[in-house]
Amino acid sequence: MSWRTIDRRTVPLDDLDPGLSAAVKEKIRSFFPRYPTRRAVLLPALHIAQDALGYISLRAMREIAELLEIPPSAVLDVVAFYTHFWTHPRGRKTIVLCRSLTCELMGGGRVREALEQRLGIGEHETTPDGQWSYMTEECLAACEHAPCLLIDEKLHKAVQVEDLDRILVDAENDRLDLPRSTLFDAPQET
Amino acid sequence: MPFERVLMRHVGVPNSTSLAVYKADDGYAGAARALKMTPDDLVEFVKKANLRGRGGAGFPAGVKWTFLPKDRTVTYLCVNADESEPPTFCNRVLIDSDPHMLLEGVLIAAYATRTTVAYIYMRGEFCAQFHILQRALDEAYAAGYFGRNILGSGYSLECYIHRGAGAYVCGEETGLIESLEGKRGWPRIKPPFPAIEGLFRKPTVVNNVETLACLPHILTRGVDWWLSIGTANSKGPKMYCISGPVNRPGCYEAPLGLSCRELIYGADFGGGMCDGKKVKAVFPGGLSMGALRGDMFPKPPDGKVDPRQDHDELDCILDFDDVRKYDLLGLGTAAAVVIPEDADLRDTLLNVTRFYSQESCGQCTQCREGTAWMQKIAERIRAGAGRPVDLDIIVEATRNMGMMPGLSICGLPDGAAWPIRTLIQKFRREFEQRIAAQAPGAAESLIRRTNAAAYELPVLHGRAVQPVGGTYATPVDVAPPP
Repeated sequence: MSWRTIDRRTVPLDDLDPGLSAAVKEKIRSFFPRYPTRRAVLLPALHIAQDALGYISLRAMREIAELLEIPPSAVLDVVAFYTHFWTHPRGRKTIVLCRSLTCELMGGGRVREALEQRLGIGEHETTPDGQWSYMTEECLAACEHAPCLLIDEKLHKAVQVEDLDRILVDAENDRLDLPRSTLFDAPQET
Repeated sequence: MPFERVLMRHVGVPNSTSLAVYKADDGYAGAARALKMTPDDLVEFVKKANLRGRGGAGFPAGVKWTFLPKDRTVTYLCVNADESEPPTFCNRVLIDSDPHMLLEGVLIAAYATRTTVAYIYMRGEFCAQFHILQRALDEAYAAGYFGRNILGSGYSLECYIHRGAGAYVCGEETGLIESLEGKRGWPRIKPPFPAIEGLFRKPTVVNNVETLACLPHILTRGVDWWLSIGTANSKGPKMYCISGPVNRPGCYEAPLGLSCRELIYGADFGGGMCDGKKVKAVFPGGLSMGALRGDMFPKPPDGKVDPRQDHDELDCILDFDDVRKYDLLGLGTAAAVVIPEDADLRDTLLNVTRFYSQESCGQCTQCREGTAWMQKIAERIRAGAGRPVDLDIIVEATRNMGMMPGLSICGLPDGAAWPIRTLIQKFRREFEQRIAAQAPGAAESLIRRTNAAAYELPVLHGRAVQPVGGTYATPVDVAPPP
């Protein structure tokens, strides 16, 4: 976890490094009344920032630190601990593959090999066309549907190797079939 | 009297996440009843029901609430919806089908503990469940079940959902509190316990989703109903999960006291194994609770339980007490994963060790290092280069980690040690057979390849590849290389 070096390639800070828009900062501020301390807003803020930028850039970390009145190192500390946050740009959609014991027993290993071969990338990498990023998770808590994978927010159940082609070409493979709450989403620019 | 499902009564009912469907089925009647009692009476009421926490430890929820200091001004309630124990998914099923049941439980528990702000800590991978619960929460706010002056009782409660970001250790109560405070989810040293000094250094109660979901039913149906379900010390219904190669994987509600065999083979539960295979092993309570031998092994001839003998252990009763006879840590989450007879246990060992080495938070040395080294050894065994002594080394490592020897801050290393140790001890024969079937000298040649110094440094004379000293093996004398 924290002490293992996964997805820890930071990008050099230069002028191109994107920061947070005013609307995103306002959204983060809207979480302040929920908690007695500013620091507790950190996880929601990181969710919103990752939603806006696709990853947590160094500049975003600094800006969040400024908003929450904590040192930037504290933000980096938290970003580095949780597997959900990416510190380098992601593709348009992210595949999260479960590799827990049940999924492995039900053929998750074969799915994993086939998926990596098809995408041509390893964990925490992005395909050259910028379409897919890929990572694995320890358990997605959907063991009765093993093996399963998440594409952004949509859970795909009982995935077998032959289903991968169908899932990957489906344009709506990340669409949830239920009303979403936009609470942790970054504001959409119109 | 046939058992009536209460926690899962709305599974499969269309539109069950809406307030209208929930209210039509006596929804929020328990909360209305609770709000007419005083908080102290409510705590006594729940204590009488002996509602034991469903999160794993089985601590009575009502007793937990009495640990709060009497003169407190601010109390927080944290709901532990960070269900990350593989292969557990009962909280997911519960939130998917009946989010209002959880919210009503939150309201009752918050009132009993005089909480003004409740946080539902939900794991980051619950995406659909977050949207479902947030929608239900919005509905409940609009109907006046949260917010100011709830149902005219003068009691006010705010409830927020806090999304986690992928960390197993945040399911530990102090890890959850740290994570809520915006820090890495490092568990805290106890005492002080969260009931005295928890979230934002204020008295805090942390309860599991399923525990809270039981509360509305205890209030509407009464303590006697509750006490009539289950075994002597384990009362009430429980959501059992079964996954792996069984015919009907899923989540099933049953009175506490279901046997493991019934869970796998019962027509109302797992429905038997796929293709009529036999069970080699089963982790009956989530990974952390340890492994049982399956019906591949003969039944004990005298019916006695002895975890040291290679006997069928599927008759284990899954309640809070009986599991300990089988060298299990506890009931855990009552989520079973079945390993069929044709599986290679070296894969299982590697998967289990990898899980804990990935999810160790890295605070305590024996957990961080122990889990990582056990993964390395398991990788070597899997690669066909194991040594019989590796099994002893792993068992030795598992005995030296966790809260039970008093070495760690939280219970994660106990939960890591138990499945790994029971897997090695109960299935040692298979591991030894696999190791004996390896190419001769495979272990030595792998070590020579990866760590040439072990052989080539003159001072070691190849001793580094053979364990010497320690308690795990008798010293082995190795001739120096020619």
